[in-house]
Amino acid sequence: MSFLRSARRLLLVSVVVYVLLKGLFLSGLATEYLQQIILYALIVIIGSLGLNVIYGYTGQFSLGQAAFYGIGAYMSAYLTHVFSIGSALPFLPVLFASGLFSALIGYLIGFPILRLRDDFLAIATLGFGIFVRVFLDNSDRLIDALGGARGFVGIPRITSLDLVLPVTIVLILVTRNVIFSKYGLFWQCIKDDELASSAFGINTGRMKSMAFTYGCFLAGIAGGLYAHLYSFLHPSNFDFLKSIDFLIIVIVGGMGSITGTIFAGLVWVGFIEGLRIVLPSGMLEYRWVLIPILLIVLMFWRPNGLMAQKESRFLGIDRVS
Amino acid sequence: MEFLSYTLQQLINGLQLGAVYALIALGYTMVYGVLRLINFAHGDIFMFGTFVAYFCIARWHLPIYLVFMITIGATAALGVLVEKIAYKPLRAAPRISLLITAVGVSLFLEYFLSLNAMFTPNYIAFPRPFDVAGYDASLVVVTNIQLIIFSVTAASLFLLYLLVYRSKHGRAMRALSHDQETASLMGINVDATISFTFAVGTACAGVGGILYGFAYPQINVFMGIMPGIKSFIAAVLGGIGLVHGAVLGGLLIGVSEVFVSAYLSSTFRDGFIFVILLLVLLFRPSGIFGRRIEKV
Amino acid sequence: MKMKRAFIVILALLFPFAGPGFGKEAVRIGLITPLTGDVKTYGESAKNAFSIALEDYAKTGKYQIIPIVADDRNDPTEGANAALKLITQDKVLAIVGPLTSKVAIPVSEYAVKYKVPMVSGTATAEKVTIADGKRKPYVFRACFIDPFQGSVAATFALNDLKAHAAAILYDVGNDYSKGLAEVFKATFENGKGAVVVFESYQKDDVDFSALVTKVAAKKPDVVFLPDYYNKVALIAQQLRDRAVKSVLMGTDGWDSPELVKIGKNAIIGGYFTNHYSSERKDKVAEAFVRQYKEKHGAAPDALAALTYDATMIVLETLDKVQKADAEAITKALSELKNFHGVTGTIGFDKKGDAVKSAVILQVEKEGSRYVTTINP
Repeated sequence: MSFLRSARRLLLVSVVVYVLLKGLFLSGLATEYLQQIILYALIVIIGSLGLNVIYGYTGQFSLGQAAFYGIGAYMSAYLTHVFSIGSALPFLPVLFASGLFSALIGYLIGFPILRLRDDFLAIATLGFGIFVRVFLDNSDRLIDALGGARGFVGIPRITSLDLVLPVTIVLILVTRNVIFSKYGLFWQCIKDDELASSAFGINTGRMKSMAFTYGCFLAGIAGGLYAHLYSFLHPSNFDFLKSIDFLIIVIVGGMGSITGTIFAGLVWVGFIEGLRIVLPSGMLEYRWVLIPILLIVLMFWRPNGLMAQKESRFLGIDRVS
Repeated sequence: MEFLSYTLQQLINGLQLGAVYALIALGYTMVYGVLRLINFAHGDIFMFGTFVAYFCIARWHLPIYLVFMITIGATAALGVLVEKIAYKPLRAAPRISLLITAVGVSLFLEYFLSLNAMFTPNYIAFPRPFDVAGYDASLVVVTNIQLIIFSVTAASLFLLYLLVYRSKHGRAMRALSHDQETASLMGINVDATISFTFAVGTACAGVGGILYGFAYPQINVFMGIMPGIKSFIAAVLGGIGLVHGAVLGGLLIGVSEVFVSAYLSSTFRDGFIFVILLLVLLFRPSGIFGRRIEKV
Repeated sequence: MKMKRAFIVILALLFPFAGPGFGKEAVRIGLITPLTGDVKTYGESAKNAFSIALEDYAKTGKYQIIPIVADDRNDPTEGANAALKLITQDKVLAIVGPLTSKVAIPVSEYAVKYKVPMVSGTATAEKVTIADGKRKPYVFRACFIDPFQGSVAATFALNDLKAHAAAILYDVGNDYSKGLAEVFKATFENGKGAVVVFESYQKDDVDFSALVTKVAAKKPDVVFLPDYYNKVALIAQQLRDRAVKSVLMGTDGWDSPELVKIGKNAIIGGYFTNHYSSERKDKVAEAFVRQYKEKHGAAPDALAALTYDATMIVLETLDKVQKADAEAITKALSELKNFHGVTGTIGFDKKGDAVKSAVILQVEKEGSRYVTTINP
């Protein structure tokens, strides 16, 4: 109960947001296309939150978040296919299972990788991302339904506001609680100075693995929600560029800030998708020219992001009790 | 006999690919040796080199020696430019910021050059200024392209060797890769040497770009991504920071990639690279020729 | 008096402007096509043909058509997004396209879901109109399907080229390429031919040396390359580099002026199946070819011709039904028979596929030469 009580601010805000969005959707003020964008923003927030735990809090530079996102997406789509699931309630265990599966893969991969230094970890996670992409491209050799490089079609569209928003809120809550627990403290210590942390008796290997696994868990859940929103999966959705998407949100929003991630996620998706509606397709090509410039500029002036280490009091995220 | 002939033929294919990887890997390894930085943008500078060569041959119809000179000059210039604008100001910053900046430069080069006003995102036919001819050597057939690649690579490596081990600049570079502070105390101009390293490294990639264009005559702005990653893994395999490591690593990766393609399936060739990386990092992180490197 | 005169004069002057656009109900038709990406020449052809079709329709058509063109970059995700936008945001009545099978398959799922009729001029893979063995309603295509196209190619190789051994190289990530490869293999083997190499590659591969060496070792009579012009040109060059002397064969993905531009001597002399030849002697065909040549300086390729046909099918059905209603149009489409198109007489069968003949063309230095027609 104290878990819920300490989150009363956040829950209150969430209920208000839910009511507002639901009204927006039902009244038809938001077209289906717009609704899809909003749901997608929430999904991206979950994925970015995972990367924030891995990189923002614990300092492990991973360029493979999209791979775990993809693993969760494919696993969830496969499970709903095999068990012929079509509605939200039986979907919840599938979602959870997909998250766990991603987490498991993350945990296993973590063994050889996490002890590496930042630049090598980057390449290793990048390489893993490529490996996953190749695996997905050839997945139809294993199981034809997965579609391989032709894509996985016909996934039931289970993701809706009623599903995504509660899941997002719950995950924000859980993440917040973990961050403000001793584990979160250890993670930040490791980020600041790994050697000193281990000198203090922190089991850095285990803590890093824990952060990484948790981050992959979130990515897997986000992937599962994504698969059942777009009804179509293709291995090219889960490549390096997608990992960069998550990375940008974490960096822009602020490393080590949950509020920053939420905010940046909303702005980022809104901006990117909003441009698609507004701009003629000729202008869209400038998107990915400006994004890396933004990244470089951030590295020069605010390498820790905009809201680094700060949390919103309004949302009640900084308060734990 | 047929099996031997087939295998040898695939081996030559692998060496052809591997030679190009070796040239690109040299750039990674030299920059890493001096700055401890993985220059993510290196693969894209390689791509830039191929495009410059394309313009020289297809649009301006220049003789071959000029093509080489201009391409080498252009890629070296781009390398130095990137270093001065993006990396130098962050030299004191935490390594991750530098890494992210490198990623940013890479993406920028790719997408900026893919604009319709620049190189466009299309596939472009790379013209060969000569016709292909095959030479039958009883067991195998060797094409003139392969001979060109092998000879140019060998020549470049020889020149590089002279530069790195027999010149003052080379000595400065090696000193810097051992210990930057002491090297500067010895009077070595750190900035100039770093720029020099970038220039030489990217010039090698430029040569690789030309050869790549000859061998696989279809170029595209995103063509540098996979060769870049594979070449970096090759450098790690051979021992990051070591020139001979980059060469051996490049050849090994090229040969394994072709063999996977020939004996398993072409669709596994990229994923296989990661397996190699994982094995190297698990069992011999300092690479084939490397000494121990610190982990933290 | 003068006022009244003036009024009548002004009215008379305005009348020409009140012509075609006056009082017509406006209807949105979407086009999804790869304007950028690895098959952009197709997208351009399709867009050109789409515009010509709209112009032709506007002369006598009963509705005012508002075209909405979306670029799918030959990427399934982009196509899916574009389709979603066209359907839910722009509220199009029908969709022409997508052009390639790999984009058409996911988009067709949206067509079924949102009950929007979709007529693709050019997507030939079986899976576009069928899912799990069942027909997808609302989805039609104005071209033949790959099971037919692949067997035509194999039959030509067996009978006309007298081939005994064939090598097949295909793109594993492309339903079009993969489907054709499989059909060719089955037909060729049925005709007592031997498929000595059956290998796949990935979309972004550039180094085919390993595969080419495999092919060279087996010395087949024919090498079948069912992929788009970009890849085919590259592979053809590498095949010739290694002195592979086999005859090269392909499918409608070869239909682009870029094929010879990139492939040069390596690809000249190769044969490919196609939907039509621009030399076709027919009133409608000749009119379209002439119009296209005037506007764009070159003869229209099959993609253009098929897109023109697909667009005209949609528009003429709209006129026939006289209701801007998706259900009515879909029903009328499913009953389409004997539509006189540029690429032949088109009728949809039970699966929404068009039953048509295929032609075999041979690649020449400039354009292609008509060889023969093969009927279903």
